[in-house]
Amino acid sequence: MTGVLAIDPLLFGELKWMPLVIVALKVLVIFVVGLVGTMFMVWFERKVIAGMQNRIGPNKAGPFGILQTLADGVKLFFKEDLLPDRADRFVFRLAPFLAFVPAFLVWAVLPLGGDYRDGNRGLVEWFGHATRVQLADPPVGILLVLALSSIAVYGIMLAGWSSGSKYPLLGAVRATAQMVSYEAALGLSLAAVLLTSGSLSTVGIVGTQDSLSNWNVVATGVVPFVIFVIAATAELNRPPFDLVEAEQELVGGFNTEYSSLRFALFFLAEFMNTITMSGVIVTLFLGGPQPLAIGDWTADIPLVGNGLEGTIWFLLKLLLFLYIYVWFRATLPRLRYDQLMDLGWKVLIPISLGWFLLLAALRLGRDEDWNVWLVAGVSVAGLLVAAVVMFGAMKVSGRNRQQGAVY
Amino acid sequence: MSDFLRDYLTVVWFGLAALVLGSLLLGLAALVRPVKPNASKLIAYESGVDPVGIGWSQSQIRYYVFALLFVIFDVEAVFIFPWAASIERYGTFGLVVMLAFIVLLLDGLLYAWKRGLLRWV
Repeated sequence: MTGVLAIDPLLFGELKWMPLVIVALKVLVIFVVGLVGTMFMVWFERKVIAGMQNRIGPNKAGPFGILQTLADGVKLFFKEDLLPDRADRFVFRLAPFLAFVPAFLVWAVLPLGGDYRDGNRGLVEWFGHATRVQLADPPVGILLVLALSSIAVYGIMLAGWSSGSKYPLLGAVRATAQMVSYEAALGLSLAAVLLTSGSLSTVGIVGTQDSLSNWNVVATGVVPFVIFVIAATAELNRPPFDLVEAEQELVGGFNTEYSSLRFALFFLAEFMNTITMSGVIVTLFLGGPQPLAIGDWTADIPLVGNGLEGTIWFLLKLLLFLYIYVWFRATLPRLRYDQLMDLGWKVLIPISLGWFLLLAALRLGRDEDWNVWLVAGVSVAGLLVAAVVMFGAMKVSGRNRQQGAVY
Repeated sequence: MSDFLRDYLTVVWFGLAALVLGSLLLGLAALVRPVKPNASKLIAYESGVDPVGIGWSQSQIRYYVFALLFVIFDVEAVFIFPWAASIERYGTFGLVVMLAFIVLLLDGLLYAWKRGLLRWV
């Protein structure tokens, strides 16, 4: 009865006050960290990209210009909020929330720290209660992340459609096709991680990566990692996949008609997605809050307790990815739209599927005591045959295209 | 009430908090910002010239087929994820069945490819 109907655990079971306070505290802390982190990320991106382009970047507001984002945010507060007369009023107002809320929600399942040493599964003591440095650990945590990134598509798509204007509409159409395409590659490379971790919960995935050779980036053989990073960049609409809001082509893309704080919500969501997606990559492939451990040796940060150390490791790895994303933006030219689609469907999806099957065969071979070399040989041979067929198909279709055939 | 659901409840609370935060920001901004709309401010932006036609004008939407193709791989993920997470449970039988399943789906992709649906038309 309670299991089905009880929606509010405050009313059922023996929930004490203290755990509730801890949960509320976590929510508060993650909110603050999320917002401050986003502001930092905007500044970080501008500063780093300025460095890469031989400029100074923001340097007036606060030390090193670190308050620049805050100043921009305050400015947006005082800007007039226009609602175009052709817009669909309800959807136009709804869309920023559809982008903003899922961006925040991903924080809930990311392990932001915790003590993972000596088989200690991320538990720390807070106020006499064992807890995780993570808001929630649902058993299908990583599926939740995928679901939220799908919902974020709605925010962008509806924003573009509801504006009743041409550039946003084109941006929305592009966004939909792009995100849908790369979601498939994202999911398939994720399957490789599930194969080695045997768990869908983020704590479970982090728990298996207890040394460098067990980090999924090594354990799954780098390929799924690379595919995941590429697909994640496309999901984030970041350069070189930022066709959704390509300034030179679409003015601002889906957010052309937005102004004032509604625009700020999109902007916040976008940068927060960058941070959370980096967090997801770190969790899935780089061991999340796990310390760097090679063999029996474990790196130890001096003067910091084990409980806090996890957070520091997580932040270090996160910063690495944030830097890489800025680097992408400064270095890579934007793809053409058909190149983008070809990359997703004709390269990433087949490779991630093939690699997944190879990993599955190897894993099963190890479990069932088959001859490892035989399994590897047969699998690789099978994949090579498939690759040759694919390349042949690509070549034929390319030749046909040049001759003006239908396919 | 199981811990299982309690975790989701935390997520729901968190989502509501995000919703409240967003509304709060918008509400606060509504109090301080100027509101002086006029007709020319409210027309759709089209690089400075008056908009031509209506915003929802028909245009050729390329790649609409991808929405359908996506369903193939989304369904695939639904079956692959649980299997990948507990691969040892189904052993060789599972691998063979999965292989057949994936080959069938790839067949769909290759068919679409052959029909020329994956290219810029």
